Amino acid sequence: MTASDSHPLLTADRLCRTAEDGTRLLDEVSLSLNKGETVALVGAPGSGKTLLLRALAMLDPLDGGEVRLRGDLVTPELVPRFRAQVIYVQQRPSLIEGTVRENLILPFMYDSHATRSFDEDTIVSRLSRLGRDSGFLDRTTDDLSGGESQMVALLRVLQLDPAVVLLDEPTSSLDQQTAVQVETLLRQWMHEDSHRGMLVVTHDESQAERLAERIVRMQRGQIIVTEEGQP
Amino acid sequence: MSYYDLSSLDVTVAALLILINGAISSALGLGLEKRLLIAAVRTVVQLLLLGYVLKWIFGASHWLAIVGMMLAMSAIAGVSAVRRTERRYPGVWLTSMTAVMASSWIVLGVALTGVISPAVWSSNPAQYAIPLMGMILGNTLNGISLGLDRLTQELTAHRPEVEMRLCLGANRWEAARPFIANSIRTGMVPIINSMMVVGLVSLPGMMTGQILAGAEPMAAVRYQIVIMFLIAAGAALGTTMAVLLGYRRLFNRSHQFLSGTIRKVKT
Repeated sequence: MTASDSHPLLTADRLCRTAEDGTRLLDEVSLSLNKGETVALVGAPGSGKTLLLRALAMLDPLDGGEVRLRGDLVTPELVPRFRAQVIYVQQRPSLIEGTVRENLILPFMYDSHATRSFDEDTIVSRLSRLGRDSGFLDRTTDDLSGGESQMVALLRVLQLDPAVVLLDEPTSSLDQQTAVQVETLLRQWMHEDSHRGMLVVTHDESQAERLAERIVRMQRGQIIVTEEGQP
Repeated sequence: MSYYDLSSLDVTVAALLILINGAISSALGLGLEKRLLIAAVRTVVQLLLLGYVLKWIFGASHWLAIVGMMLAMSAIAGVSAVRRTERRYPGVWLTSMTAVMASSWIVLGVALTGVISPAVWSSNPAQYAIPLMGMILGNTLNGISLGLDRLTQELTAHRPEVEMRLCLGANRWEAARPFIANSIRTGMVPIINSMMVVGLVSLPGMMTGQILAGAEPMAAVRYQIVIMFLIAAGAALGTTMAVLLGYRRLFNRSHQFLSGTIRKVKT
């Protein structure tokens, strides 16, 4: 067992973020995500769920606290490599102009993924599980529905084989059938490798119970309770 | 070739032409009469003041006076570039000032060492340095304000895309590069357009002035060509510096986009 094996996959320690008017948006939030674990983050709108995900992805400057990946503190120069392993998927998917294929290739242009390359076969196989054929890759992003855009954003992340995915309402813009397919895809992705972890923000309590081993409830920037899920 | 020195009466006759503008404004109800009057008065007062300052500097011909004048011109250009922008961030004044100073002084330095030999201007440096600096600054200021305005506007409008790129592992340069390129392009387009049509659509002001002052047309043309390249270099350098300095302000070393620091202002 190596030193990194003894640590949780991702740790947030006393994260603090304060608004300009002094409101505590994140109030000393501590959370850990273990290998092979899916944690659901629930709470009323404005409770700080999305801000916590953004903080874990190190997207915003914080007023205090630290984030560790496998026990290692993330220093400023290592942030891009950290984000290549801990990937946050926005609630409203953002795609570049062009085809689905161009969007999927995009991350491989970055230094932090320089050793990898786009694997079309894997993508086509995942697309078929979502009821889409390979022709979907040539669709332009302007022609995609909100749900399809969400699917592309999710596939773009899963193909990078991250250690952790931070999902912000991943099925909110999907129809029920596609939502079930996406949940299945996410579960399969987690089962493929026991070293992965997933943190999902959802307003859907039943989805939280279906997906997660642990359900973390937030209120006014704080974690108020942690419950067991029934995945 | 002769040079005719305009009398005060000549200038007054020309100034009366503003009455045409006034008549049009009045006849069509444009409501521009007051602004026209202010603009006309400002034109006369500002240029007369400039004339007295230049006369004093030319007479003093001391390097401190010349450098002081050019520093003041650069500082005004730096401030004006920011005042034209719609969105600002903390440090934008320093960004603009640094870009204006560095680019214009570098280009002027090249002009006064590599293009026009010091032997030519050493007896009266103000005669060359100040007009050249004025022309370089005018275009640099324009490029900087357009570049900075576009940078903050693009990054604000495309914040989700910038963050998406960062989330996928892009470093700050990779995430901002498309928007940086667009901003620099925007700052450089006006001078490129001017170069495309110079001499076809209008006679450049400086060349016209030289010809009126009795210079040979070909000598005036050679000066104008030099000026076009100097102002193009100044605009390119100034715009690029301003946009890159702005980018460094808006993305910290932890590769975070500080979108919250961009504020829209009334211009």
